[in-house]
Amino acid sequence: MANDAAAHDHHDHKPPFWTRWLCSTNHKDIGTLYLAISMVAAIIGGSMSWYLRLELAEPGIQFIHDFQFYNVLVTAHGFIMVFFVVMPAMIGGFGNWFIPLMIGAPDMAFPRMNNISFWLLAAGFILLLLSAVVGDGPGTGWTVYPPLSSSEFQPGPSVDFGILALHVAGASSILGAINLIVTILNMRAPGMTIHRMPLFVWAILITAILLLLALPVLAGALTMLLTDRNFGTHFFDPGAGGDPILWQHLFWFFGHPEVYIIIIPAFGIISQVVSTFSRKPVFGYLGMAYAMSAIGVVGFVVWAHHMYTVGLNVDTRAYFTAATMVIAVPTGIKIFSWLATMWGGSIRLEVPMLYAIAFIFLFVVGGVTGVTLANASADLVMHDTYYVVAHFHYVMGLSAILGMFAGFYYWIGKMSGKQYPKGLAKWQFWFFVIGVNVLFFPQHFAGLAGMPRRIPDYPDSYAGWNLISSIGALITAIGTLLFFVVLWRTLTSSEKVVANQWGEGATTLEWTVDSPAPFHTHEVLPDMTGKAPAE
Amino acid sequence: MLKRFFTLVPAGAIALFSNVANAEVSMLSKPWQMWLQDPMSPTAEKVFALNSFLLWIEVAIVLFVLALMCYILIRFNEKANPEPSKTTHNTLLEVVWTAIPIIILVVVAVPSLKTLYFADHTEDAEMTLKISGNQWYWSYTYPDNGDLEFDSIYVAEEDLQEGQPRLLSVDNPVVLPANTNIRLLLNSNDVIHNWAIPSLAIKLDTTPGRTNETWVHINEVGDYYGMCSELCGVNHSRMPIHVKAVPKEEFAKWLIKAKEEFASNDKAPKTNTVRLAQVDTVAR
Repeated sequence: MANDAAAHDHHDHKPPFWTRWLCSTNHKDIGTLYLAISMVAAIIGGSMSWYLRLELAEPGIQFIHDFQFYNVLVTAHGFIMVFFVVMPAMIGGFGNWFIPLMIGAPDMAFPRMNNISFWLLAAGFILLLLSAVVGDGPGTGWTVYPPLSSSEFQPGPSVDFGILALHVAGASSILGAINLIVTILNMRAPGMTIHRMPLFVWAILITAILLLLALPVLAGALTMLLTDRNFGTHFFDPGAGGDPILWQHLFWFFGHPEVYIIIIPAFGIISQVVSTFSRKPVFGYLGMAYAMSAIGVVGFVVWAHHMYTVGLNVDTRAYFTAATMVIAVPTGIKIFSWLATMWGGSIRLEVPMLYAIAFIFLFVVGGVTGVTLANASADLVMHDTYYVVAHFHYVMGLSAILGMFAGFYYWIGKMSGKQYPKGLAKWQFWFFVIGVNVLFFPQHFAGLAGMPRRIPDYPDSYAGWNLISSIGALITAIGTLLFFVVLWRTLTSSEKVVANQWGEGATTLEWTVDSPAPFHTHEVLPDMTGKAPAE
Repeated sequence: MLKRFFTLVPAGAIALFSNVANAEVSMLSKPWQMWLQDPMSPTAEKVFALNSFLLWIEVAIVLFVLALMCYILIRFNEKANPEPSKTTHNTLLEVVWTAIPIIILVVVAVPSLKTLYFADHTEDAEMTLKISGNQWYWSYTYPDNGDLEFDSIYVAEEDLQEGQPRLLSVDNPVVLPANTNIRLLLNSNDVIHNWAIPSLAIKLDTTPGRTNETWVHINEVGDYYGMCSELCGVNHSRMPIHVKAVPKEEFAKWLIKAKEEFASNDKAPKTNTVRLAQVDTVAR
């Protein structure tokens, strides 16, 4: 295959700079753009959280005297991390880069749609940043619950900018999802049946289907909120027969699948990495694929566990308790299958594998606290406390970020053709993983003791855990800075990597093309007939 | 910063000691507290027991996975095991790790759902308290006692009296009889708030246009603290909840006194704007 690429070298003409990066239709270039915007957004969203932790390091008000601004930071941090860091990196970045490479397709099914999907995201990001600087900013939390988000309580254009930002980013994601679904269903190499696709491809396929089903619901709800605010409708206005709880149902019908949209691509990456560095095919391939599918399906019928305290009927809460607990079963299957993949393997602790191991452990910690929170009765003392903050950062935020780092170190050689500095990368790993645990683990204790979330100041008794948490934020910040040093050192490195830098364990198709992957790949379709399941 | 950090520990010890001296409980969190506040109502006792039960299961699962990972990393690293096996299936194992979690979840679901139904409402309420959320204070109404009504507003840091905890103290605590089944009805006059007291395991939204119901039975005389638990705007952190539970006889006496004290509430129009402005300046 490497010879093939060399033979086609004359096809490797790259367009001039502006055409290449602004009008790109190449899945690799668009993937790179997505990764870049994700890193920029991560710096902005991360800085916001570090500022919040700085304020929360000790009781009393030290830095953020305007509480509306505090709420704006909380809101923007959530939006940016969910919509502009994790989703672009996982789905737009790694999805664009590696879905065609892994299924043996020359590009995505709709290359121009791919381009507009990226630029809509960039536009959405700019709108979101503008929302914070026009007027007072949206101080509603990322859940944007009316009546707080109505024009009466959040006057000015900020919330409208936020709504439009999500609309545009949502449209971008829907286009991206359609593109990925069509690509995966129609453009697999001959012989690569559905049950031979690598698990990362499975993960992206399921994620894209979730996006396609969930985002239009958000778009509908946002439109209703927009017309409530500006055109005199009363969907969520109780004074005129509307109902604020309707918003919560619509929002969480999108919002719960959204958390799986964030974490399922990480499942895919971790499966590839664990298999590669154990030099062993994934254990229980079909179980893994259908566990992800089950998580996706069940994810649509558990939304009201975010709403246990709104005053839902007790039978409704009993149903959502039971349904939510069901999710523990397929996630358990995934955890045990990863461990079984490692069992009997010949494990090499390269940096991606370190991240995969950290992912598994953090995901288990976040998963078991999720079992607690699934219980509507236990939630009576947990809801809206820092226990929930700790839970969702572990299970979704951190796990997704660790998955992204695992993917970055796993594939950066393929993307750039350069070797990352191994020693520095290990330092980066330890700083980041220790940092996030020092940051978020004490928040379980603060939450159990009753500390509510989204407050700029807290009763003095919570000071201890908050200080430790803020120290953790500092360590995490060092780990994050180190990542950018690693990135710089990698891109400027002169150390090249070969086509298959990981050796025997890396069996998927992206390792059959040169490193860096040529501008055009798989121009001759690889024949997968009769090959064992891709894993 | 560090000085404050170290002075917290003795402060907590003193608070504990003073509770004993008064023989009245004061339910708020303590420095370095790692677990739930002590349960002070029948619902809270059940919730506490459920959470303790869950904790043991969850710690066991985490430790099991951690131990398994450590064993795998030692036993199957490339030096110890240079030749990987090619096993990819084991049906029995896959059935087992699907079935055992299901069994654990069923075992958890039974006490969980029992507690849920127990906490929902009471059939034999001896009195009713109406709670209204406002930006950013609580209003309490006693419909069984001539609609006695008053507001409960945050006490700013500079106005705190000796012994009043910061961010948890209000000018008029809501007084309730201990050892009484009390029905709580909650609504809101503006945005969504949430009336929450951890030690009583109460946490329920106050939503405009809806009335939510729950109940409480406070086991002991004392002070119970909580905070608004739904983001409600600029001063979300400035609307604490303070319940003062007193013996029934004392509650009857308090009612008479309170009716006089808050009598003017009926005549004068509500001066919400003034109150809001006050709270606002304090916060900013």
